[in-house]
Amino acid sequence: MPFFDEIYEDKDIRVVLMRHEQMAGHAAEGYARVKGDLGLCVTTSGPGATNTVTALANAYYDSSPIMVFSGQVPTKLIGNDAFQEADVVGATMAITKQNYQVKDVNNLGKIFKEAIHIANSGRPGPVFIDLPKDVQVADCSLAEPIPENIHITGYNPKEWSSAVPRQINRALDYMMNAQYPVILAGGGVAHANAHKELEELVSILNIPVVYTMMGKGVISDDHPYVLGMLGMHGRKRANFAMCEADVILALGTRFSDRITGDLNRFPGQSDAKIIHIDIDTAEIGKNVQVDVPIVSDLKPALEELLNQLKDRMKNGGIIKSWWYKWIKDLKDSDGIPNVTNTGPHGLVIPEKVMYELNDILEPDDIVVTEVGQNQMYAAHYLNIRKPRTWISSGGLGTMGFGFHAAIGASVAVSETNPEAEVWLVAGDGSFQMNLHELSTVKSADIKVNIIIMNNEYLGMVRQWQELFFDKRYAGTDLACVGPECERNYWPDFIKLADAYGLEGIRVSKPSQVKAALERAKKSKETVVIEVLIEPESNVLPMLRPGGALDSFLSRTREEKSIYDWYGRLPRTDMECKNYCCEIAEEDDVDYLFQWGKKKEDK
Amino acid sequence: MSNSNYPNLSIIGLLVNDSPGVMMKITGMFARRGFNIASITVGHSERPGLSRITIGAEGDLDTIEQITKQLNKLVDVIKVQHLGLQNTTIRECALIKVIIKGHEQRQEVVSIVDLYRAKAIDVSQKYITIEVVGGPRKVDSFIDVISDIVPIREIVRSGLMAISRGKSAITLN
Repeated sequence: MPFFDEIYEDKDIRVVLMRHEQMAGHAAEGYARVKGDLGLCVTTSGPGATNTVTALANAYYDSSPIMVFSGQVPTKLIGNDAFQEADVVGATMAITKQNYQVKDVNNLGKIFKEAIHIANSGRPGPVFIDLPKDVQVADCSLAEPIPENIHITGYNPKEWSSAVPRQINRALDYMMNAQYPVILAGGGVAHANAHKELEELVSILNIPVVYTMMGKGVISDDHPYVLGMLGMHGRKRANFAMCEADVILALGTRFSDRITGDLNRFPGQSDAKIIHIDIDTAEIGKNVQVDVPIVSDLKPALEELLNQLKDRMKNGGIIKSWWYKWIKDLKDSDGIPNVTNTGPHGLVIPEKVMYELNDILEPDDIVVTEVGQNQMYAAHYLNIRKPRTWISSGGLGTMGFGFHAAIGASVAVSETNPEAEVWLVAGDGSFQMNLHELSTVKSADIKVNIIIMNNEYLGMVRQWQELFFDKRYAGTDLACVGPECERNYWPDFIKLADAYGLEGIRVSKPSQVKAALERAKKSKETVVIEVLIEPESNVLPMLRPGGALDSFLSRTREEKSIYDWYGRLPRTDMECKNYCCEIAEEDDVDYLFQWGKKKEDK
Repeated sequence: MSNSNYPNLSIIGLLVNDSPGVMMKITGMFARRGFNIASITVGHSERPGLSRITIGAEGDLDTIEQITKQLNKLVDVIKVQHLGLQNTTIRECALIKVIIKGHEQRQEVVSIVDLYRAKAIDVSQKYITIEVVGGPRKVDSFIDVISDIVPIREIVRSGLMAISRGKSAITLN
């Protein structure tokens, strides 16, 4: 209360009153990711502070600079189990980059400055400050001046070292001799603001680029050499390129299990060389063995790489041209379908929503997703063209993250680029984890275009149950009510929007999608679009659980069979040509083709 | 180190801030990432405000490397070093209380104590408390030998302390 009382009349600070502290933390993260600077969330003690634990964990795993600043009972009551006391410093220890409890007001300024420095520098991350009430109201006129420069013994993120040029020289030796090089771009590229250097590197080398989900947007999806997302739910072309690569240049990524698939079979070529540039020493060699480790901030490292490359370029060509050709053919055959027909239930196919959204999406628009199928559809199909315009919960996979991050993102763009729209791609399951914040967007006049893809299930888990648990939809059916399992769906999202004084649009036919999106875009305030999508639609391809990057389940026959034809990727012009022809002939096969065990069963 | 109690042991020396919660951050990191602590000792260092920790950790070299990297990431950890067993002096102190029956057994215990250059620090009619200091193998061996002669009532071991040989040191300068 003393804190809020103090900022009550401060016109420079915009306070967005969220309805729940977890959501305030997520909103701070949305803000931080768009701005590339600290997002702040302020909560009360005890339950208020513990509610931010999920938000801190989310920011920790996605390396977002946020600060959570919570009240605490007076210092003399700490440890006495006082009203609304909780050991939040203990609770947040494992999920923050650093946390503090301020016991002396004289240290307050120094701690704040230190915390902000820690959150923003090196590999960014969340910080937590616990501020007891007596410290909040203490007179700090005698406090020591806040130091100008922050030096923290024991905290020296390695932004550059003299070993980097030598290592980059080694990396270039591998890259210049590579036959099938691939760049793997992660979220670190965005944190380091190294997207321009990356694009220049790609334009010089003409190397195909795959990205992690956190790395979406660091290079435009429109770029001819960008193959899309890699991994568990990656595009087939990205996964194949990774399987075939003999040199992998990994930038700001941590080789998470969702990226590598089966670690024993990663990389696909057992003699492939991996060059890994990351600012976090601990990420290098953590999951995969690395041939050229480079600990550095990406921006200066890529600048050095470019300089050395330009020196070497005077000597001529690098990569065999048919590798691009194959990549290009593969990319052409793997575009987003404009599905105008409906599914078996007469409802919209999710790809249609993505197709129309792509059409209306401007380069500066921000796309935020929830977690689940909606996230994967968006990650697959949406063309994101700029860094910091794609916001999704990666490491922790927090359902309910999206809407609040979108609120934070919307506040951030209103400061920097008011023309940009914020689109939220949500599922009905995720959205029900956070829908109370509709009240926030209404009362704080925040605009988010909400697209709820309602399939009446917790779709991603249902998909797994369909594919691997004989369609036993245990605990995932959101429309199944009563012992007889009568299908009925609550809430009515349109009435819900109405209850919060917002416009709701229900879309049940493919032809209505475009108009609804346009209407939302034109509207001055938040619009809730509910798209009734085919309940049992699946996001494909996906890797088999525990499978390697080349073992995935696909919608159509040709997606799985590329290896069947050659036992490897096509490597000559003729092979490429045959491959493309065969896809064209089989293109009309549009059913769930699950190869392997299930097929034999039938 | 060919030691039965620590088959796969590495010694890590740390210099850390002497402030509340630091031990929890360090041990919490081990717990969260599934690393094993075989032994941990803490005490003041040569500099006020900084504590010196010696951790005996178990795991292959990749695991130990990952442990040192993760420790390094903690803001309150100022220095971390994996101390190679060749160039490190390792000591442990153990206090052992044994039960004795009669004068002969006491004589026998005292002779073993002398043999190991240990010390009897408390003697009563039925009990002797012995202080033994040495490398972990010496302490283990002493316990083995003494437990053959007399029953042991209680053992308190300090855990391993390690310091590198020669000039090398884990300090701020």
